[in-house]
Amino acid sequence: MEILVCVKRVPDTAENEINVSRDGSDIERGDLVYSVNEWDNYAVEEAIQIRDKVGGSITVVSVGDGDAEEVLRREMAMGADKGILLSDESFTGSDGKGIARIIKAEVEKGSYDLILTGAQADDGAGQIGGLLAAMLDWPYASLVNKLEVLDDKRIKVGREIAGGNQEMNEMDLPCVLSIQTGINEPRYVGIRGIRKVASVEIPVHKASDLGLAPESVGAAGAKVKRLDYFRPELGEGAEMLEGSAEEKLEKLVEILKTKGGLK
Amino acid sequence: MTQQIFAYIIQKGGKIDDTALELVSAAKKINSASSVTALVAGAGETLAAACSQAAASYETVWKIENEALAHVNAEVLRGMLVRILPKESIVLIPHEHFGMDLAPGLAVKLDAAYLPDAVGFEEITEGKLKAVREEYSGQVSTHLSCDLSGGAVITIRPGSFAGDESKALSGQVVNKSADAAAEGIPGKSRRFIEVVAAEVGDVDITKSEVLVSVGRGIEDQENLEMVNELAAVMGADVACSRPIVDAKWLEKSRQVGTSGQTVKPKVYLALGISGSFQHMGGIKGVPYIVAVNKNPKAPIFQVADVGVVENILEFIPALTQKVKEVKG
Repeated sequence: MEILVCVKRVPDTAENEINVSRDGSDIERGDLVYSVNEWDNYAVEEAIQIRDKVGGSITVVSVGDGDAEEVLRREMAMGADKGILLSDESFTGSDGKGIARIIKAEVEKGSYDLILTGAQADDGAGQIGGLLAAMLDWPYASLVNKLEVLDDKRIKVGREIAGGNQEMNEMDLPCVLSIQTGINEPRYVGIRGIRKVASVEIPVHKASDLGLAPESVGAAGAKVKRLDYFRPELGEGAEMLEGSAEEKLEKLVEILKTKGGLK
Repeated sequence: MTQQIFAYIIQKGGKIDDTALELVSAAKKINSASSVTALVAGAGETLAAACSQAAASYETVWKIENEALAHVNAEVLRGMLVRILPKESIVLIPHEHFGMDLAPGLAVKLDAAYLPDAVGFEEITEGKLKAVREEYSGQVSTHLSCDLSGGAVITIRPGSFAGDESKALSGQVVNKSADAAAEGIPGKSRRFIEVVAAEVGDVDITKSEVLVSVGRGIEDQENLEMVNELAAVMGADVACSRPIVDAKWLEKSRQVGTSGQTVKPKVYLALGISGSFQHMGGIKGVPYIVAVNKNPKAPIFQVADVGVVENILEFIPALTQKVKEVKG
C-alpha cells in the first residue's frame, strides 16, 4: 500500500507559553520550541504499522519553509520511507483550501492508496484532510481512531463520536483519513534513527514543479485571511491563591472543606 | 446582503441539539435582517419531531428525509445539499464530530470559502466577515477575514455563541427530500456498519460528587499513584483529560470531555490540565472548579473559581499530607 502522510511543524504548546508580538502581526517566535504536530505523529505511526503488515511504502509531505525539513526527517527517522517538502514563496498566506490545493498537486504526481493527516493542528482547525479528499473526489473520514485494512480495495475505520462511542465504517480505497490521537502509541525516535536519515536528500517541490498557478495559492488565492493575533479576552478568571506553598495549601484545603470537596 | 443563510441542525431521535439555537445567534450576527433556514436531515418518524422543534426557532426548515440518511453519512448528505443549496449560500455548521466530517468537503463542492472553528463574529465590511478563532490550545486568538461573496461554509465551535431564545416562531417546514434525491442517492464509498458503545468502567464518574481530574502535567504513569492517594484521602473519584487516556494510563470511561464523559460534580479539582474547550465541554452543572497548573496562562484559569500556580508533582503530595492532617 502506498501511503502519503501530511505533517506539519508547529510550536509545541505543551512546552511553550505562546505570546502575541507587540504589533499583533504574529506570535513571538524567537524562543519557541517547535516539533511535529502531535496528531501527525499518530498518523505516521499508523502508516508504519499498516506498511509493516501489508507492505508498501510511506511518504511524508509537508507544506512549509526550509525549517519544515526537520519534521520530515524526524518522521523518516520514525520509519517513513521518503520525505517531500512543498515550499515556495507564493505559498505564503494560503488558507486551508490553498494548502489542500498544494498537497493535491503533489498527490497527483504519485500513485497513492491512502492519505493520512492529523485530525487537527494547534494552529489550525482540522480542515486539510476533508478539503483534500473533496478536491480529489476521494472518500473521507474524520477523527479516525481505529483502522483495519480489509483487502487492497477496502478498509474498515472507527471514528470517534460523542460520549466515548465509536462509529464503524467500511470505505473504498483510495481515501483520505484524519487520524485522532489515541489510535496507537507513536514509537520513540532515538538519536540513532535521526542520525541515520540526517544526510538523506529531501526533494523540494515548488509551485512550478507542481503546475500550480501562483494566483490559486498563497494570499492571492485565499478567501480566508488572517488579520492579526491578540490575547483572548479573559473570563472573570479564577481567584489566584498567593503566598508561600504552605499558605496556598492551607487556603486550598479550607476552600475544599467549605465547598464539599472533602468527604 | 442578499445571500441566503442556512444552519445545519444536528438531531438525534427527534431531538435537536443545543447548537441549533447557537447557530441562530451566529446567523443574526452575519445579517440580523436575514431569514435563516434550518437544514434537518435524517430518516424515520422522529425526523418530523426534530423539524417541528427546529421550526420554533427558524422561520423556514428544510426537511431532507431519506433512508440513506438513517445513520447520517457526510458523503451522502453533502451530495444532496449541493443539489438544493442556492449559489453563494452561507452555511453554518457546528464544529463537532459530524460537522468536521461534512463541512470541508461541502465548501469544496460549493466552491465557497471555508472558515472552520469560528468562536465569534465582529463585523462585515465590503462583503468580508471578520471572525475570531482560538489557536494554540486557547492561548492566543486571531482575527480572520472571510470573503463571503462566493458563499461560505463556516463551522461554529459549540458553546461559543449564546443560544437564541428570543421568541418562539412557528416556522414553515418545507420538504426538500425529493429535490435532494432527484438524481439518485449520491455515491456511497463510505458505508456505515455500526456504533460501538463506550465500555463501562469500574467507576461511573458521571455520578461522582467530587472529582480529582488529572492531565498531561502528571508527566509519567507512575505519578498517577499520588493522584490516587489524594483522591482516596479526599473521598473523591479520579478522572482525567484526553492525553492520559491516549497514553492508556487510565481507561476511556474516566475521560472528561466532548469525546468522553459529561460530569456534574460539586467540586472539580483539575490537576495539570490546560483546559481545552473539548475538555471543558464535558463539565456541566457548573461545579466549583479548582485548577492547579504550573503555567499561569493556562486557559483553565479563565474558567476556574480558584487557581494555584504550582508544579503538581510537588503540590499533590503536599496537598495529600495537608488533607490527612485536617481530617485527622
